[in-house]
Amino acid sequence: MTQRYKNVYVQDTATVSGPYEAKGPLGKYFDKSYDDLYTGEKSWELSEVHLLTDSLEILLHKTHLKKEDINLMISGDLLNQITSSCYAAEPFKVPFLGIYSACATSLEGAIIGANYVENGEAERVICSTSSHNMGSEKQFRNPTEYGAPKPGTATFTATGGASLLLSSKKSTIRLESSTIGIIQDLEQKDPLNMGAVMAPAAADTIYRHLTDLKRDPSYYDLILTGDLGIYGKEILKDYMKTEYGISLDANYNDCGVMLYNLQDQKEVLAGGSGPVCSALVNYGYVMKLLKKKELKRVLLVATGALFSPTFSYQHQSILSIAHAISLEVVE
Amino acid sequence: MMMEKKKYEEIVNKHKPKETRVQNAFIAFVTGGLVGVLGQFLVDFYSWWLHISSKDASTFMIITLIFLASLFTALGFFDKWVTFARCGLIIPITGFAHSMTSAGMEYRREGPIYGIGSNIFKLAGSVILYGVVSAWFFGLLRMIIMGG
Repeated sequence: MTQRYKNVYVQDTATVSGPYEAKGPLGKYFDKSYDDLYTGEKSWELSEVHLLTDSLEILLHKTHLKKEDINLMISGDLLNQITSSCYAAEPFKVPFLGIYSACATSLEGAIIGANYVENGEAERVICSTSSHNMGSEKQFRNPTEYGAPKPGTATFTATGGASLLLSSKKSTIRLESSTIGIIQDLEQKDPLNMGAVMAPAAADTIYRHLTDLKRDPSYYDLILTGDLGIYGKEILKDYMKTEYGISLDANYNDCGVMLYNLQDQKEVLAGGSGPVCSALVNYGYVMKLLKKKELKRVLLVATGALFSPTFSYQHQSILSIAHAISLEVVE
Repeated sequence: MMMEKKKYEEIVNKHKPKETRVQNAFIAFVTGGLVGVLGQFLVDFYSWWLHISSKDASTFMIITLIFLASLFTALGFFDKWVTFARCGLIIPITGFAHSMTSAGMEYRREGPIYGIGSNIFKLAGSVILYGVVSAWFFGLLRMIIMGG
């Protein structure tokens, strides 16, 4: 489903990152970064709450708004029962929607938020997400100190919190349209190759977005997928070409590839992942380029692997979804 | 639909990096061997130093290796060694100790019962279960074939 919006604007964004992301090539674009993965908290889970809370506070500070000015907060993350989002949202005492689309959560939130703003039911909506490398490893894989060897296709969950404020008040960046993803299953079962799991979802969403709006990929200055990683990025380009006859070329990139320096930061393997991976790149780096008008039209496609260790152990394939929004500079 | 999935699998396999299996096996062989050499040295050392039998000395050796692996895990660098040496450190007794210590450390925030107690055998549990089952099975075989 593709929708167009007339009155939805990005007021501002706030990004807070962990140490690995700060050391990456986009480190300077984040509002705040921590050297310590614990961020001064006692557990990985509380640290994730801390990162998300920081991003919410920075966003309010940057936009000179008070908690009461926010009509709705939409947030989701990877931890069971999306607890990081709930604990971070609680002190703000704002109407709250908790959502889940794995690593596509940030844009699911933006799409829901955009609809509330477009319909005039909410004037200001905050859409947030977070993830924590160690928290995710603990929940989805092995204890963090175990250090189990992984293949080169594995990705590295990004650490951070990121928030976006949508409003009907005019600004320089407009949320122009959105496409809601369809769950895909091409029987991929390897949790250490999530790029291969998610590429079909990205391909389907990009294809439907372009055909619904009768656009060519060249319409956009930049098309960004969420967290496919270096191998997933190549799979998407190949699959998009053979299956849909669409070439993604110079104007296409992947946030997971951009977030880290893949040559020097060997621990990230195929690149970044996690809900905050695409959110850090989109809300940190891309927004800055849009504000400077170095980019005019971008298509953001957040990709999510709807992975559950339980279903995986029961030999079920890993499902995937991708949601897209397009942003335009207002002339 | 089946064709599409097969075609997709081909695309995925085309873009898969080659795992350096020979290199991994070689590193594991050498590091695993070095752990074995260290173990043998400890057995000889304990039996010379404490004037005990090799059988008693090997118990001391196991305790030493478990202690070292757990200590290095606690100090936070054994996971990096494991990432490098892979099965060279996972298969020996060091891997067993490391799996328990890392699980214990990970779940200490959830407290002594629901955290450490419930999770410390998260990885090592399978080793214990199938270790006991195969010991029973081979014991049975030995009794049938060799009469005890």
